[in-house]
Amino acid sequence: MLLTSRFLAVVIFFIGVFVLVPWLIEVSGRWDFYYTLTSVALLSIASAGVWLTFYIGRINIGQGAYALAGGYLSAVLVTQYEVSFWLTIPLAGLFCAVLSVLIGLPILRLKGVYFAMITLVLTEVAKLTALALPITNGAKGIVSIPLPGELSVFGMTIIPDFSTLENVKLAFYYLAVTLMVICFAGMYRLVNSRMGHLCRSLQQNEELASSIGVNITTLRITAYAISSFLGGVGGSIFVAISQSIYPTSFQVADSINFMLNVFVGGLGYVFGPMLGTVVIYFGWDLLFQTGKFQLLIYSSILILLMLTVPNGLLSLRLFKWNKEKK
Amino acid sequence: MSALLEVKSVTKKFGGLTANKDISFAVQEKEILSVIGPNGAGKSTLFKMISSFLRTTSGEVLFKGERISNLAPHIVARRGVVRTFQETTIFKSMTVRENVVIAHHLRSKTNLLGFYMGSRRAHIDETEFRRSADEILEFLNLSEISGELASTLPQGHLRALGIAIGLATDPKILLLDEPFAGMNHDETMRTVELVSGVRDRGVTVLLVEHDMPAVMKISDRIVVLNFGEKIAEGTPQQIQQNEQVIEAYLGSEDDSIGL
Repeated sequence: MLLTSRFLAVVIFFIGVFVLVPWLIEVSGRWDFYYTLTSVALLSIASAGVWLTFYIGRINIGQGAYALAGGYLSAVLVTQYEVSFWLTIPLAGLFCAVLSVLIGLPILRLKGVYFAMITLVLTEVAKLTALALPITNGAKGIVSIPLPGELSVFGMTIIPDFSTLENVKLAFYYLAVTLMVICFAGMYRLVNSRMGHLCRSLQQNEELASSIGVNITTLRITAYAISSFLGGVGGSIFVAISQSIYPTSFQVADSINFMLNVFVGGLGYVFGPMLGTVVIYFGWDLLFQTGKFQLLIYSSILILLMLTVPNGLLSLRLFKWNKEKK
Repeated sequence: MSALLEVKSVTKKFGGLTANKDISFAVQEKEILSVIGPNGAGKSTLFKMISSFLRTTSGEVLFKGERISNLAPHIVARRGVVRTFQETTIFKSMTVRENVVIAHHLRSKTNLLGFYMGSRRAHIDETEFRRSADEILEFLNLSEISGELASTLPQGHLRALGIAIGLATDPKILLLDEPFAGMNHDETMRTVELVSGVRDRGVTVLLVEHDMPAVMKISDRIVVLNFGEKIAEGTPQQIQQNEQVIEAYLGSEDDSIGL
């Protein structure tokens, strides 16, 4: 029963994002929605990373730094070394993972607000680094990045050259959503594997975890590296969509938004970041009608949400299979 | 009989304060050895150094002849020297059973990737851990509450859960941190039986404790600390008659050391 209803939910989700959404956009002619939804998918990938650092008990407000680093790596490789964009996606992720190990080794020893403060600074540091380095072209950024080329394996074309496509927006939408699905499937597996249990033990009591033989340093760094990997992947695709990157492409505000997505969705739920990103992104856009009151209403709603549903929207258990889980 | 655990001239200084001064003793296999002493005698400090939660200033701790002091706590735990905590240190938002299952981590032969991929080895481990967790819960009379959230447990159960977590790691020597603190007489007696039961499973026990009657009842040997120094070592009878020990406890009630 549990298994079938969950399976059903997955099928409905797939039909929704891969068939229903493109069809609705086709019918309504709101092509701009592709860009919005693609952004949501990419932001939710980066937010999933932030969620994982929360899962090991660390407040992470530095995902913007890794999104920026991943974005720049992809942009530099594509424009200056003519590496295939498709290859730069995993490379951006790996680059960020390695970077996060180097940064994480010292800073992951900190807890609570101290770790949060350091990560908050990271985004600003990333921005200043991008401004200062010659390879990133300073404040002018890197522009007119070509669209993703063709991806072929053994002469078989898997993904056609984006510049030959009629509808690039749809292609990007499919790309982002596919990656989001892979990302969240991976996260779901992680959380429900023994590694997820160990992460929870770390979140609840690091001292006790180490006394039962958990190598807390390795586990913390692994989780943080996965988190940053996702940030880098998200960033690299963003660059391909906007075909440009500037030091201000990801700022402190973006880092905070990643964290908010996670909070609003629910810290205890793998799919929290996905829901949170949708709600926050669309919520902000809908409030645009209210003009100068936009920020006021937005913040008030957020405060209310924190007060009334501190465990996130998913804790409301609106869905049947969620109830059965309990 | 060779010693399982040896504490060799261990000294710990916090700035100008000497918490432990040149302490040496040995724990034999399958015995229950208690470290006692008035408040501030340096028991907890010593305990933390043995489990490598604190670094020693000088001296070393040997387990089966190998140094285990000044390593990372998880490495010491992997060697088989496992500590328990006082009641507040548990995985609060997991159930009792989950607490014990996760504590089997040490016995796992799979690495992180194996966990993630759900390898066959990991599956076998997981089934085995659940069975073993149930056995330990049964042994500690916790079976009935195995589904309860750990944060809702009363103190007596929490203590037992702490011991269960320790046992789950399959330790060679279990370090118990004040297992009787804050318990009434009945609870203490039950826990005394529990600890004896743990020893009967083949686990050596080193405990740090305040509660004199319990310590006298349960221990094979006792080490007494006062102001950071070892002042006596011997069987409960010897300790009860030791003049220095009586002096150290003067001012406290006579019956507190069983006189």
